Amino acid sequence: MAEEQKKVPTRPMPKLTELDTADFWHATKNKEFKYQQCANCQTIVWHPRAHCTGCVDGDLQWKTSKGQGTIYSFSVVRLSYHPFFRSKVPYAVAYVDLDEGPRFLTNVTGVEDPLTDVHIGQRVTLDWEEYEELSIPLVKPV
Amino acid sequence: MATQSRDAAIVGVYEYPSRDVEGKVNPLQIKAASAAKALADAGLTWSDVDAIYDASEGAPMSGLMISEYFGIKPSVIDTTGVGGSSYEFHAAHALRAIRDGKAKVALLTYGSTAHSSAMAIGAGGRGGGIAPGDNMESFAGQTLIANYAMVARRHMHDYGTTSEQLAEISTATRYHAMRNPEAVQAMNDLEFLNIRETTIEDVVGSRMIADPLHLLECCMVSDGGGAVVIASADVAKNCAKTPVWILGTGEATKYPQNGADLTSSAGVESAPVAFGEAGVTPAEIDIAMIYDSFSITVLTLLEDLGFCAKGEGGAWVEGGRLRFDQSGGPALNTDGGGLSSNHPGMRGIFLLIEAVRQLRGESSSQVNDAKLAVAHGNGGMLGGRHSAGTVILGRD
Repeated sequence: MAEEQKKVPTRPMPKLTELDTADFWHATKNKEFKYQQCANCQTIVWHPRAHCTGCVDGDLQWKTSKGQGTIYSFSVVRLSYHPFFRSKVPYAVAYVDLDEGPRFLTNVTGVEDPLTDVHIGQRVTLDWEEYEELSIPLVKPV
Repeated sequence: MATQSRDAAIVGVYEYPSRDVEGKVNPLQIKAASAAKALADAGLTWSDVDAIYDASEGAPMSGLMISEYFGIKPSVIDTTGVGGSSYEFHAAHALRAIRDGKAKVALLTYGSTAHSSAMAIGAGGRGGGIAPGDNMESFAGQTLIANYAMVARRHMHDYGTTSEQLAEISTATRYHAMRNPEAVQAMNDLEFLNIRETTIEDVVGSRMIADPLHLLECCMVSDGGGAVVIASADVAKNCAKTPVWILGTGEATKYPQNGADLTSSAGVESAPVAFGEAGVTPAEIDIAMIYDSFSITVLTLLEDLGFCAKGEGGAWVEGGRLRFDQSGGPALNTDGGGLSSNHPGMRGIFLLIEAVRQLRGESSSQVNDAKLAVAHGNGGMLGGRHSAGTVILGRD
């Protein structure tokens, strides 16, 4: 049984040990989408990192997004050689602009047919895919 | 004020002919074989080379490794690796090194067995990359093709661009490929189906790979490589072939940023610098060698290079003006491009090579009296982190 489970391909998982992004991923366990803003120059830094890209005496603070956003662009993948995603085609990948500013890459879930039900400008909300140590921030239409 | 100078010229080129080496040749051997042929094309030899350029895709310390392998002793070593546009960056840097008197003969080489090593480039999984943002992105399964498709989708949304307009890029490059025996051989070796000139209907009727991009809007994955020799004016005047002068260069980067416009590339910044340095305008360009990883790459870059305004590319490419035998625009990728002739992963060197063939009068789709060419490389991914290198070339 364990052998069989091992063979089931899984989504490529983020590393919790990656130093720039560890705080982000640890917070996802509680379904919190954290992003950084500089208290000195107000720059919203995305993806997370240890330094401010807007000024050289930055003071990055973690904020929590309300989880609402808009699809900036998307594509429906029909062909993937990845063992996990191969089994998921067709699926939608999208750049989502959160209302607070960060633009992140994700998948659009909760649609019957990604070919017809995903649009630029569509309002979406976070839809967490839960795992033992973290959750993956997907989005679904509001 | 433009100050067009003629300090350095491309004096030797070679495109490795095979696109499927069947495991019998390795990338370093392709580089060396191409280098020898390009040097011979120029009437030069290994010992003339005093500057080496390598995109460092093969190994760490590639500037050292490749010098030993070739058996040369360069005093200028440059391993700028910014993806497929690396060779446009190399040409820019070679011009500067030569202008500064640090070098007289620069050698650029490329070799890849992406096809026979079965590298999953376009539809691979994108797990565990090396870019800073990868730990935030790899979970989403965005294939490389989907990345470009997101640019196309946004371009369509913002400007009303259609798949039929994008298909013009594919049909023009295939039109040129069918006139290039090496491109036809490549398509045979890579087992393309139904090899012939294509129509708009063929392209939009081909299989969807990542909406809105169809199969015939995606480049091939081949083996291959090539070499370019750049020399000082002193050396160039004694070389075997007509010198093709590097008149202007520009370099830039762009990466995902909050609120950024996905429909523009770093070419918006590199192109004006290159055209300004050369003192020419896009309207004067005879040959446009533009990195055609996908149809949308060319459409975006035509706009960014200034051939037409942002958003007008779709209408501008209609009617076949990009073909070598049509007027009203530059001839696009007259070798057949990455779409239909040669794309082993990093196509930038072929942009320089075919531009030189055109300006020498050696192309299989020769434009009458071609005088000016632009080679524009896009490295990385158009809809993500990428680099832009623009090189303006001209003959006497």
